[in-house]
Amino acid sequence: MSLNAKDKSVVKAIWAKVSPKSAEIGAEALARMLTVYPQTKTYFSHWSDLSPESPQVRAHGATIMAAVGDAVGKMDDLAGGLISLSELHAFKLRVDPANFRILAHNIILVLAMLFPADFTAEVHVSVDKFLQNLALALSERYR
Amino acid sequence: MVEWSDFERATIQDIFSKMEYEVVGPAALSRCLVVYPWTQRYFGNFGNLYNAAAIIANPLVAKHGTTILHGLDRAVKNMDDIKATYAELSVLHSEKLHVDPDNFKLLSDCLTIVVAAKLGKDFTGDVQAAFQKFLAVVVSSLGRQYH
Repeated sequence: MSLNAKDKSVVKAIWAKVSPKSAEIGAEALARMLTVYPQTKTYFSHWSDLSPESPQVRAHGATIMAAVGDAVGKMDDLAGGLISLSELHAFKLRVDPANFRILAHNIILVLAMLFPADFTAEVHVSVDKFLQNLALALSERYR
Repeated sequence: MVEWSDFERATIQDIFSKMEYEVVGPAALSRCLVVYPWTQRYFGNFGNLYNAAAIIANPLVAKHGTTILHGLDRAVKNMDDIKATYAELSVLHSEKLHVDPDNFKLLSDCLTIVVAAKLGKDFTGDVQAAFQKFLAVVVSSLGRQYH
């Protein structure tokens, strides 16, 4: 389910709209993931505070979302553009790729919450495809 | 048997007591048909599903979305035995409708997103957890009688 021209244009447009709130979106999405899917907390046992208000959680959510924003500019070659991030996730972090889907769900949910009028079904499908392709690029170096 | 905390019970009752069925139902089903177009396979006789605009405007989709959402009412009233509550519906979806149970999760994700969009900040992480747990139990019960 690769990205066509329409998907790329829709994703760029919605990103332009939401990027000022990128840090908030990322923080909220990560916090929700840890609350709603407690098994994901296993990847963050090195943090003292895993509550939604945790500064570590919020900072890391912002970092993740900044990387997602970065990937918006790399849609023409996600696998190529994300090689080093993929290697990080493959060899160092070793995050089970099933979790990318879980985080994507929460990013989409937060976008719908914060931008209900803009996050139409058509925007939703393109963003879902983008995040799915992003996850695929991120798992590229796993094996 | 599923264990529900007081918070979870109260959250589910609260969300459904304020539910705008005729808005949320159609929005959830139409979103599912747009975001996961293969789900359209079950609606061959619904007329025009040609593009997102057509799906969203389709009165049969809207009507069916409302019907599906009301289908959750029995689970809301019988949270302690959702499995038994949906045994018959599960048989229906398996034997008569031949719906791949994976689709239940797709629709439930769309419903969660539509409810989140409606409730905004009130849809906190804890509320989301309770709502998704409820839907997961419903989805599991609907798939239970497949063989």
